Amino acid sequence: MNPFSYTRVTEVAEAVEAISSDTSARFIAGGTNLLDLMKERVEQPGRLVDITHLPLGEIEVTARGGLRLGALATNTEVAYHRLVERRYPLLSKAILAGASPQLRNMASVGGYLLQRTRCMYFYDRATPCNKRIPGTGCSAIDGVNRAHAILGTSEHCIATHPSDMCVALAALDARVLVTGPGGERSIPFGDLHRLPGETPELDTTLGRGELIIAVELPPDGFAAHHAYVKIRERASYAFALVSVAAVLRLEGGSVAEARIALGGVAHKPWRDRRVEALLHGRPATRESFWAAAEAMLRDARGFGHNDFKIELAKRAIVRAFAQASGASA
Amino acid sequence: MTIHTGMHAAPASETQIILKVNGAVWRLAVAPWTSLLDALRDHLGLTGTKKGCDHGQCGACTVLVNGTRINSCLALAIMKDGAEITTIEGLAQEGRLHPVQQAFIDQDALQCGYCTPGQICSAVGLIREARATTPEGIRELMSGNLCRCGAYPQIVAAILQAIQLGTGAGAE
Repeated sequence: MNPFSYTRVTEVAEAVEAISSDTSARFIAGGTNLLDLMKERVEQPGRLVDITHLPLGEIEVTARGGLRLGALATNTEVAYHRLVERRYPLLSKAILAGASPQLRNMASVGGYLLQRTRCMYFYDRATPCNKRIPGTGCSAIDGVNRAHAILGTSEHCIATHPSDMCVALAALDARVLVTGPGGERSIPFGDLHRLPGETPELDTTLGRGELIIAVELPPDGFAAHHAYVKIRERASYAFALVSVAAVLRLEGGSVAEARIALGGVAHKPWRDRRVEALLHGRPATRESFWAAAEAMLRDARGFGHNDFKIELAKRAIVRAFAQASGASA
Repeated sequence: MTIHTGMHAAPASETQIILKVNGAVWRLAVAPWTSLLDALRDHLGLTGTKKGCDHGQCGACTVLVNGTRINSCLALAIMKDGAEITTIEGLAQEGRLHPVQQAFIDQDALQCGYCTPGQICSAVGLIREARATTPEGIRELMSGNLCRCGAYPQIVAAILQAIQLGTGAGAE
């Protein structure tokens, strides 16, 4: 790691001030991603602002009946919280499908949202990477790209967002509460992460000095009909090749509401509300789910090694909906 | 209580912190970039905790911080100021092996032994978490500890033995 200064803060305003006054500074909480990247010298902050002493660890019911996850709650605390297990089992399952118990004991909600891509070219300082150093080129497009994106890519970057938890949060229509020099704001989950476009160095829409303080879940957790399907290279402790968070509200045998979020296929958790709308009023059958899967991947593009992900994602969507609807996959 | 002092003198860039390791209070000076793993091994001489990958992937560095298992390679010592840390050296009590240590011996759950301190600390954490009771559950919740010798079946058997003894969590 590069030498850096260390600042411990105990108040949110102090944290925002510490970051705003030093452009080389970064927040640190669990550290599981940032310290790893610092060891690779991909990240070289001049100062770390330790936010673990801020009072942001609570998990509590909101006034409107949802659940507020403090930014410093650990993955483990969220996944095993009794209200999360009972009302938002999709979120619990997605978190437990990711990382290892040790990492989940360290990783915070806020930090997990800001997890950076696991693209090996991003990690490898010997190769060009537009996300690491803008303008140097993308080594993955014509390189080994088995793990890379098939949706929402640009000519500058085909990296994926690696998170499991964020896929569930996207499907649940969570909101992200942030504070910063301009005050507090609430961001719809789908607007937090961005597509690479011309500026793949930017993972999110957060402004300079903004700090995530909580994630808010709406009252409906789709506990009755949900599924998280994760497909990876081994049975446990690996990033997703493709993952699917699917939730359904059923009336009679028909779909009253459907949501699909995909992980491992794009620069952000991937949703397409037009596809979800296609399912409304349709019977909850494999035929309907196949039609949705085809529509969801209609614009997908492979880059060679990852071509298989297109078919894999379709099948994973059908399997997830079948599980969510209670049918056997 | 006796307060021990770490092996390194403190240059100006270093900060005094306190770590409560295996019941002893240590006062040591660390640079901000010193990992908890390096503090334990290089500053306190507690080399039972191993450095495998140094990237949170192998689990050899697993220790218990305030009772919870974490990867000490991905933690900064300065951020753990005041924390209670248990390493492999702190599990045996009054000359008696911890039940998980004894189970690893009984079940022959190691070959080269390099991953073993991390495996055992992780297993103690797993038992405290009380989320795994079956071999399948143990395998899933031990997935953060790799064993390149491939002693996995014996490791699972050892942890199952410790869980069945019902004493694994209490004696830590």
